[in-house]
Formats: sequence, C-alpha cells, structure tokens
Amino acid sequence: MTGVTVAGVGLHPFGRFDGVSTTDMGVVAVRAALREAGIGKGDFQAAFCGTAYGGVATGHKVLSRLGMTGMPIVDVEAGCASGGAALMLAAAAIRAGQYDTVLVFGTEKMPKGIIRSSFFEPWQEEAGLASTPAFFGLRAQRLCMTSGVTKDHLARVVVKNRRHGAANPDAMYQKETTVEAVLGSRVVCEPLHLFMLCSPNEGAAALVLRRADLAPSDVTLAAAVLRSHIPGSVLSESTPLAGLAADDAPAPTTLAATAAYEEAGLGPEDLHVVECQDTDAARELGSCEELGLCEPGGSAALLDSGATTLGGRLPVNPSGGLLSKGEPLGASALGQVVELVRQLRGECGPRQVDGARVALSHTVGRGANAGVVILTR
Amino acid sequence: MRVLVRGGLFTDGDPPALLGTHCGACGSVHFPRADACTYCATENPEPVELSRQGTLWAWTAVTAPPPGYRGEVPFGIGVVELPEGVRVISRLTESDPAALTEGQPMELRIVALHQDDDGNDVVTYAFAPARPT
Repeated sequence: MTGVTVAGVGLHPFGRFDGVSTTDMGVVAVRAALREAGIGKGDFQAAFCGTAYGGVATGHKVLSRLGMTGMPIVDVEAGCASGGAALMLAAAAIRAGQYDTVLVFGTEKMPKGIIRSSFFEPWQEEAGLASTPAFFGLRAQRLCMTSGVTKDHLARVVVKNRRHGAANPDAMYQKETTVEAVLGSRVVCEPLHLFMLCSPNEGAAALVLRRADLAPSDVTLAAAVLRSHIPGSVLSESTPLAGLAADDAPAPTTLAATAAYEEAGLGPEDLHVVECQDTDAARELGSCEELGLCEPGGSAALLDSGATTLGGRLPVNPSGGLLSKGEPLGASALGQVVELVRQLRGECGPRQVDGARVALSHTVGRGANAGVVILTR
Repeated sequence: MRVLVRGGLFTDGDPPALLGTHCGACGSVHFPRADACTYCATENPEPVELSRQGTLWAWTAVTAPPPGYRGEVPFGIGVVELPEGVRVISRLTESDPAALTEGQPMELRIVALHQDDDGNDVVTYAFAPARPT
C-alpha cells in the first residue's frame, strides 16, 4: 500500500480574534502549509476541511480566496474529531491511489460561553440536560471513584499543561498557573473547577499530505483512524440518555487507538510524545487510560510519576493541550498534528521533546467520534 | 396547565414512570424508547415502564444556566442505576453534591422546570433521594 507523508504544515494561532473571520484564519493556515510544501494552484487534487460551526461551504470560502478551486472540496463535521476525520479521508484517498497530494485543513470560530450544540434536542435544552460541563463532571467523578484520581491530580494536570503552554506562542494562555489558583477558581460542575475546563475559541490548522514515493519528507503518517462509539457506557461521548449497568463496552478512543496501533504496526510502548484530548483535566487522565498509555485505573500514578511532563518518559500535551490552547472544534485535531510534526522535526524550542520519533494525536467528542493519528520520523 | 417537556418519555401519573423498551432477543433495556435495539439491532423492541426506584451511581450540580435552559440554577444532574440493568441520566432534585452518596436509594419524581410563553407549567422527570419507608 502507498505510504503517506506530511509535506507541509501551517497554523493560525488559537485564541480570540475579534474582526478576524473563519475564512481569514483558514487562509492563513492553508497559505503557510502550501508554502512549506512548496506547492500552489493545481498541485493538489482534493481538499478536506474540518469545521463544526463554520456553516455552509467553509472550505470553499477559504480556497476561493486563494484562487484554488475546481477540485473536490469537502467539509467534514465530526465534533471535536472533525480534523481527525478530514485527515482520515485524505490519507485513505491517497493510499487507495485516488490522489497523490491532498490539502487538509480545519478552521473554526466558536461561540463564547458553554458550547451550544445542535446535537441536543430542544427538550433536552429546556430540561437543562444540554450541559456539556455536567457530563464532563459526571465522568470526572467516576474517574475519581475508579482510578484513585483526586482533585489535586486534576489541578496538577492543568498546572502541567499550562506550564507546557507557556512555551507555545500559538496558545491562548501562555501563563503558568498553580494548584492553589486552579482549586481557587469557581466550581463549574463538581469536581471540575473553571480552570480545569478548556475554553472554546478560534483558530485554524492545515497540512499537505502526499504520496510517499513522490517526494521525500521527514514525517510519515503511519495511521489515521476515526471510530464512532458502540453503545453501553452512559458516560460515552455519544451522550446517551441511558446506558448499560456494565463497564465493559470499549470507549470510542480505545477502538480508534487499537486500530491505529495495528495500522502503524506500533504500540503505546513505542510512543515518544502524545497530544491528547484534554477538554477538561479528567479527560486527559481518562484519555491516557483509554489510549493504553497506562493500565486501566493507572492514570493518577502515571501523572504522579512525572512521565507525562516535558522531560519525562512520555510527555503528554507538550503544546499545552486544549487547556492552554483552547478548543476550536474543526481545527483542534489538526492543531495537535501540526504540533507533533514540528516535534518530530525538532522545531519546538523550549517545549521540544528530545529525540521524538513516534508521536500520537488523539481527539474525541460528540457523536461519539474518536480520532487517533500516529506519525513517525 | 401542566405540559410535559416532551411527550413519550415519561408518564405524569402517581406514581410516574419512565417509558423504555425491552429487547426480547438480547434482553437489553433502552431509554428513551428505541425503534430497534441499540445493542443488537433487533427491530421493534417491546414498550415497558422502567422501575421507579434505583441507586445513585454518579452526580454533580450545574451552577450556570446551560444553553436554552430557562429554569433555576443550581440544579442536580446524575446517573441512577435501575434494577433492570440500565443507567439513566437525569436531573436530580438535590443540587448540593455534598448531600448525596454513592449507592443511595433514589426514586422518580416529576418536577416543574419553568412556565412557557402560554403560562403552562413545563414539567420533566427527575430522581430524588428515596423517602424512608
């Protein structure tokens, strides 16, 4: 099967940018990725654009501004994993021999405040059941009950990621915080305090993927997998109203990770750096367990060991994670991949993971949708 | 007048009940009612009323009004495990997480949410700590 390489990456910083449109941000990221890849008009045969709130023809609007249309342009919505879904489609098309060069990007401008999602029926909103932080809180509480995670652990995830993010000029928050400040911020939904939740925000990211035999590149896309949920868990990102009184249904993240490890011929023990979904502090710990970075129930011990901090055995979220960068849904997964490509190239300066050669990106969200991408150098 | 936040989810009788389905093929119970078993895809599972009593499995409180919500805050949200092997996400009548404990008996209630634009009381289902018997 044809290999896939990353020929170029580009990013519009994540944050809040009044007066800058979804299209404007997409143009910045796409331009940068095309420039890195050394390609222009007519040099890619398809484009996939991840976005959840961008609206009709988000991808077309970006590429129209750049004078590059005529090829298939497909917008992809898969909640928090929209960018991962776009990447999976692009990689699959190249592997199948359909295209040799594909542009993948994501751009997003999230409404402010608690995310209003069309996923919920009007009656769920009326009944107060459209509270995303409440579902995060319930999942966090169960993690505390089953994995020995305490509020102190949750605060230390935030402190770790914000320390990493302080070295990332593209992050929304570039200032460190303390356990005391995190626990001193107001309670949103027990056990989660305000600083333990990422901010929905704005940003864009782009990549150029290319058939491996066409041009040499340092970074190979070893796997790009998307999975939905299988029913069972009441706290799954599928956000059901009920589930089974059993805990044996594999999480969508585990389904995606298992398939990605198989596709890459690698396992969690081979990873050098991970960017994972940390929409809230407990989600990072749960992600570590579901990705197989530790035993089930072992995420508190993994954090305690220092392994996931920069300088540790397996740094998790060296970019600062969504807790530092914020979360523009359509761009967040590709933002992770851009970070990991730069990590594998050794371009990350003070947040560089030394000698990183195998990297994993993970997003999971409503649907459920879970995306896992593995990159190698 | 009293109106349900959505028809077909629960009954407003005394006592009330959640309306689910039971799959004759695999034995699973679903809430809300399903067109096909969500686990084994068998068509047309049998309509059932779910148990009114269960035990508390997870809980939190919502402190800021979520999108589209017109009622009071704070309010409780939790997961109640029913004897037929199903866990249900529900509002809770208790909004102080410290007042609740894992495994405590809970029972179904119908509670008021808000008045709609026509002056009707909109009601929904919720679980409350069970009254001592």
